[in-house]
Amino acid sequence: MDADARREPWRETTDRRKEDEARMNIVVCVKYVPDAQSERTFQESDNTVDRAVDGLLSELDEYAVEEALKIVEAAGEGEVTVVTVGPGAAADALKKALQMGADKGVHVQDEALHGSDAVATSLVLAKAVEKATDGSPELVLTGMSSTDGVMGVVPAMLAERLGLPQVTYASELTVGDGKVTIRRDGDTASETIEASLPALVSVTDQINEPRYPSFKGIMAAKKKPVEAWSLADLGVDAGDVGLDAAWTAVVSFAKRPPREQGQLVTDEGDGGTKLAEFLSAQKFL
Amino acid sequence: MAEVLVLADHAGGRLRKATAELLTLARRLGEPSAVHVGPGADTAQKTYAKYGAHKVYVVDDADAGSYLVAPQAEVLAQLIEKVSPAAVLIPSNAAGKEIAARLAIKSGSGLITDAVDVRAGDDGAPETTQSVFAGSYTVTAKVTTGTPIICVKPNSAAIEASPEAGAVESVDVTISDAAKAAKITDAQPKKATGRPELTEAAIVVSGGRGTGGDFSPVEEFADSLGAAVGASRAAVDAGWYPHSNQVGQTGKQVSPQLYVAAGISGAIQHRAGMQTSKTIVAVNKDEEAPIFELVDFGVVGDLFSVLPQATAEVKKRKG
Repeated sequence: MDADARREPWRETTDRRKEDEARMNIVVCVKYVPDAQSERTFQESDNTVDRAVDGLLSELDEYAVEEALKIVEAAGEGEVTVVTVGPGAAADALKKALQMGADKGVHVQDEALHGSDAVATSLVLAKAVEKATDGSPELVLTGMSSTDGVMGVVPAMLAERLGLPQVTYASELTVGDGKVTIRRDGDTASETIEASLPALVSVTDQINEPRYPSFKGIMAAKKKPVEAWSLADLGVDAGDVGLDAAWTAVVSFAKRPPREQGQLVTDEGDGGTKLAEFLSAQKFL
Repeated sequence: MAEVLVLADHAGGRLRKATAELLTLARRLGEPSAVHVGPGADTAQKTYAKYGAHKVYVVDDADAGSYLVAPQAEVLAQLIEKVSPAAVLIPSNAAGKEIAARLAIKSGSGLITDAVDVRAGDDGAPETTQSVFAGSYTVTAKVTTGTPIICVKPNSAAIEASPEAGAVESVDVTISDAAKAAKITDAQPKKATGRPELTEAAIVVSGGRGTGGDFSPVEEFADSLGAAVGASRAAVDAGWYPHSNQVGQTGKQVSPQLYVAAGISGAIQHRAGMQTSKTIVAVNKDEEAPIFELVDFGVVGDLFSVLPQATAEVKKRKG
């Protein structure tokens, strides 16, 4: 103890508490999805999404990774852990997040996971988040939805399982004084929402501009740790996940016939009139 | 006949159209019961009865509206325990889907979101239709575990009256402190535009990059048709129009009778939000724009001359 601290014993403790508060450990949950630009389809054998097509880190998750990095950078101390549940190729999604600047990755991979629905995915994510944080997550960030399933329900399910308040669709996020405050753009109002930490926050594509990995980031990512966990590591029963355990079933799927292109006219000074005529003929007027 | 719970979508008793649609659909599966959380049940009761609600469960918790989704999920979970319904129908909007998500975990039930149709399957259990992968596939699905929880998109059913008693039953449910963890501390109401709400509107007119930031021709055309105004992601990212009006994967998914895209190229992101519209019309200077692949009627031309002319013609024809 130095002389100042001896005279003012509160100083040391206050400083230490400040340090603890500043330090933010954030878990970001991300998903590896089929590229929306490629031909997405189902597998005939079991009506699940065909994941053989080229995949990538779901674009909407990049905003969550970016926001986590910004929070830790602002706090000056902390760690961003990126968690994904998915097949071997999902390592690419983690790699992208690590290249952006996340500190470590967790890849939950298990044969039994194939065909898991949102309910099972949220179970596995919840267990992985708990294990990654020794049972006490501080702040969990997610994107607003995936770009393939687009149900947008996993954040809420995850919050329910972790027993955390959920603060979703954030277009602005502030973390401090043991709470999160977000702004979101609702249908009828712009809302401010508050919850105390620990909490789960989902962010929209309005919140920031995700960075591109720098050359340095790409090189550094190669040395960053990625934990590989199986269901057994998480204490999840294989019978609780996968296609057979799903609480919903796809009965059938059909490719929608492409819309047949209708009438196309070039405006020669009467395009607006022709448009109104079409609407009138279709009984919209 | 088994009960079907319908979670009402309302603001202080003022119902959104989706509620009547859900009551109409619920009649295919059993006897609808409306679930009203928050104040204003007196105002809404007539509408519930008109669209076929046999019962109206009222949880008049003044606080419920100040917290995000968790209170509604707790109410529904307790009602499932109490009445063992054949299904729970919830509007498929952002809040509705989150309520459904928490409810699914709480009640150990399967969840289907974004349904555009619900009917009784061969075994009497609900079967749904969804449109996936930016509208390129149609999927039929069912819930196999627990109480089917189904989120139905607005505009999926034509509402039909079928008067029933709509007997109000006040329910005592406890909303836990944990459900009151995420609090709405401030809400700045949007300026009223007088236009219908985007996801409920029968007609939507959207503007994109081609507006160059000037939405006035889009708005005027929308107003001549009594339509809602939408915007592409490009227009929203440029700051030309609010995010709450964005149509597309990261905005609203709309399914109106008529969708007009003005100055929108039609990237997959946008298509995901509008491809299930019944009739699609586009105005774009670029005849190669992908949006034209979807249209029933397209005008290759400048929206700044085509839309005002169309607006004048619509007004003339409507008298």
